[in-house]
Amino acid sequence: MRLELRGITRHFPGVVANDQVDLTVEPGEIHALLGENGAGKTTLMNILYGLYHAEEGEILIDGKAVRFGTPGDAIAAGLGMVHQHFMLVPVFTVTENIMLGVESTRGRIGFLDRRLARRRVNEISRKFGLDIPADALVEELPVGVQQRVEIVKALYREAEVLILDEPTAVLTPQETEDLFAVMRSLKTSGKSIIFITHKLKEVLAIADRITVMRRGKVVGTTRAQETTEAELASMMVGRTVRLRVEKTPAKPGEPVLEVGDLVVFDDRGHVAVDGLSLAVRAGEIVCVAGVQGNGQTELVEAITALRPVVSGAIRVLGRDITRSSTHHVLESGVGHIPEDRLGDGLVLDFSIADNLVLDTYDKEPFARWIVRDEHAVMETARERARDFDIRTPSVRQAASTLSGGNQQKVIVAREFSRPIRFLVASQPTRGLDVGSIEYIHERLVEKRDQGVAVLIVSSELDEVLALADRIAVMYRGAIVDVIPVDRATRERLGLLMAGAPGREAAVG
Amino acid sequence: MADSPGRPVSPATGTETLEAGPAAEEALPPGGAIVPEAGRWSFRQSLLVPMLAIVTALAIGALFIIFSNSEALSAWSSFFADPLAAFRASGRAVADAYRALFTGSLGNPRQIVDAIRFGDLHQVALTLNPLSETIVTATPLIFAGLSVALGFRAGLFNIGAEGQITIGALVGAVAGFSLTGLPGPVHLALIVIGGIAGGAAWGAIPGILKARTGAHEVITTIMLNFVAVLLVDYSLSKQFFRPAGTTNPISKPVTAFFPHLFGSSLRANAGIVLALAAAVGVAWLLKRTTLGFEFRAVGANPAAARTAGMSPARTYVLVMALAGGLAGLAAATQLSSVSPSLERGFSSGIGFDAIALALLGRATPSGVVAASFLFAVLRVGARSMQAATQVPVDLITVIQALVIVFIAAPALVKAIYRIRARRVIGAEVFTKGWSG
Repeated sequence: MRLELRGITRHFPGVVANDQVDLTVEPGEIHALLGENGAGKTTLMNILYGLYHAEEGEILIDGKAVRFGTPGDAIAAGLGMVHQHFMLVPVFTVTENIMLGVESTRGRIGFLDRRLARRRVNEISRKFGLDIPADALVEELPVGVQQRVEIVKALYREAEVLILDEPTAVLTPQETEDLFAVMRSLKTSGKSIIFITHKLKEVLAIADRITVMRRGKVVGTTRAQETTEAELASMMVGRTVRLRVEKTPAKPGEPVLEVGDLVVFDDRGHVAVDGLSLAVRAGEIVCVAGVQGNGQTELVEAITALRPVVSGAIRVLGRDITRSSTHHVLESGVGHIPEDRLGDGLVLDFSIADNLVLDTYDKEPFARWIVRDEHAVMETARERARDFDIRTPSVRQAASTLSGGNQQKVIVAREFSRPIRFLVASQPTRGLDVGSIEYIHERLVEKRDQGVAVLIVSSELDEVLALADRIAVMYRGAIVDVIPVDRATRERLGLLMAGAPGREAAVG
Repeated sequence: MADSPGRPVSPATGTETLEAGPAAEEALPPGGAIVPEAGRWSFRQSLLVPMLAIVTALAIGALFIIFSNSEALSAWSSFFADPLAAFRASGRAVADAYRALFTGSLGNPRQIVDAIRFGDLHQVALTLNPLSETIVTATPLIFAGLSVALGFRAGLFNIGAEGQITIGALVGAVAGFSLTGLPGPVHLALIVIGGIAGGAAWGAIPGILKARTGAHEVITTIMLNFVAVLLVDYSLSKQFFRPAGTTNPISKPVTAFFPHLFGSSLRANAGIVLALAAAVGVAWLLKRTTLGFEFRAVGANPAAARTAGMSPARTYVLVMALAGGLAGLAAATQLSSVSPSLERGFSSGIGFDAIALALLGRATPSGVVAASFLFAVLRVGARSMQAATQVPVDLITVIQALVIVFIAAPALVKAIYRIRARRVIGAEVFTKGWSG
């Protein structure tokens, strides 16, 4: 099936999300759609999938114009989409999830024909080397397998073109390799894949052709063999970018954060952090590397007193903060850049100015007794917006009007403007554009050079390798190894992140 | 209204607004956002929907008037013989009813002017009586509306104003009839403090339950309403509350009162001054203080508030206690003015009207004050309307309910008037649902 988008245009209030976008996907091709957040990739795919309607332009399948009013139309025409967030029912089995909505039935009353569905699921699974257990409950499967269930779901509906939206964001390096193998096998059997991402390495590893988008427009389409990481990066951003962080070797001082035998439960009361010990010294960056869901979130929440500590101790600058309140922890010189910036970092309805004082609103000069000094808040906000390059027409605007990168800059500005000795940052650049990533990395290194102890939790290996002085690999709630960055390789980290390093290495 | 592909979705259906949300966010260029400034609603934006809701409700109310007017109905039955007569009769019925409604609650301007010209003080008082009654009716509504509005701003749905008023009245009444020999103003102050304390204590219970156990305030406040009402019923069965030698479930009257504002023949009293002061106080608290900042932050995003070191748990307790205190003030002003005795059904639904008022007033103090006066006008005028035109008082309940329906469903009003609006205004901003 040959898919063609011609001159797709779509406005949203105040923005052109897609401006005369052309895209052609040949049969049996892996076509990467590359661009920063907000470049219009998702809008384009939603138009293709019938979720939005284009104001101009047309969609052609095998040369014939088609119109998709709803996703149902798109599916019927042979499109399949695997969303970034899976659309699965956790308590259903794999087969039940896959047949959901297209159930085959028996008899006049319409009994579900699970047997038939199961047979087809197994067939598809075998044919493309997807290897999914048809009878397992979805909630018991690892993320990588759940993603394959989503792919089978699309194939079950006879998709010829698969849209994968940021499929590698939730995968380990190993799982990513497995996904690529599946993608190759799909390609050999003539299916086309649209692979949406902002990760340059992956694009070069798997794609046949690459279309780069910036600010709603297609910047260019190129063959993967004919381009480089640097070229793609500059196409994405619109200027040349440095892909490495400039930094001198660390000069570590006294330990600032000391965590000993920490045990923390997750929301469901299961052990998430399991006897973890870790120290971060002044003037160094320690990165916690690991696949999402290995207790990193709970570790950070325990350090910032957002989650109760079951046992063990946390000390900052020698002071025990294990049982302190969040307020007290922040007061004692801890800066926090939370993982979920929209959920935990900002009050989106509040102005940028108010968000800049979200944890200092009750201190001089922003308040006297209980009366807020609006003037001081505004003055300071304007200053911070200038210093931290927060791009907005006015600091009175709601934080929700900012782009992701600028929202993160608001949080960075807020935390860096307090007198901090220790900084914990979770996924500080997740989902940000290259320009903002560069900026935030520089600021983090600058803080380190001022003698702040920095703990960064990241699931992006590139980021870990670029920023860290030491890398602590976390697996199932504990630190399995701490290695200096100059002895770390992607392969070694990948193995450590997958757990059981010794055995794996010996077998492999 | 067909949604043909290739053309933007019709704005009136609201689907445009819905689908543009996340996508627009995703597609915003850095720093290039064109959206109204935070916290600032243009005059038009913030008043448009409430105004249209009221107008629409009055229009539908007019239909009810026509249907309940025998003259108009008989004119319609001979519509084909004389179509104009049908319209004329309908128009007359509606005009008569609404004229009676508004002169009954705001006074008849001509009569007021005449009375002042003749300098007859008694006559002046008489012509101003409707206005005075409206003020008296609005007073408790303002307090109760502020109570619910304050909760909304902190993300709490306080359904318990009714119970808080009831307990406030219980404590206030005890202070009012059991203490004797105090100077009037001191005694009055004690009644007010008693009302506040009772309401605040009753409000704090669901706050504490939510903070400690996560129990949802909607459930706990509703249940506590029943407890409060039954507690008062029980109290009234005790001889301590009753006047000597009676068995009616009505308490002894309080003995200290708010001073009258316009002479003793009009019931308007200083309670309204306290109510307006409370509105100013709540506005100041929310807008200018660190406490109000915390309340609003917890209301808008409790997770972010917690991450920034605030304590949502403390806020829940504090807000519920303050909300309860405001509701208790409604009780105290009622006791020390127009209903000096505690009796069964003392609150008479003011606590539930309060929810409507807070929604109508968009959870802002000024909005609540305006909404309270509107409701008071409708209620006071309803009696005159019924007397003058036989339109039943219940029509007002219908109109109030319709106003709420249109406020709660802004998309409906917009669909009727084909308004294009970028942001949906109205209730859903504060009522975050029942799940949290």
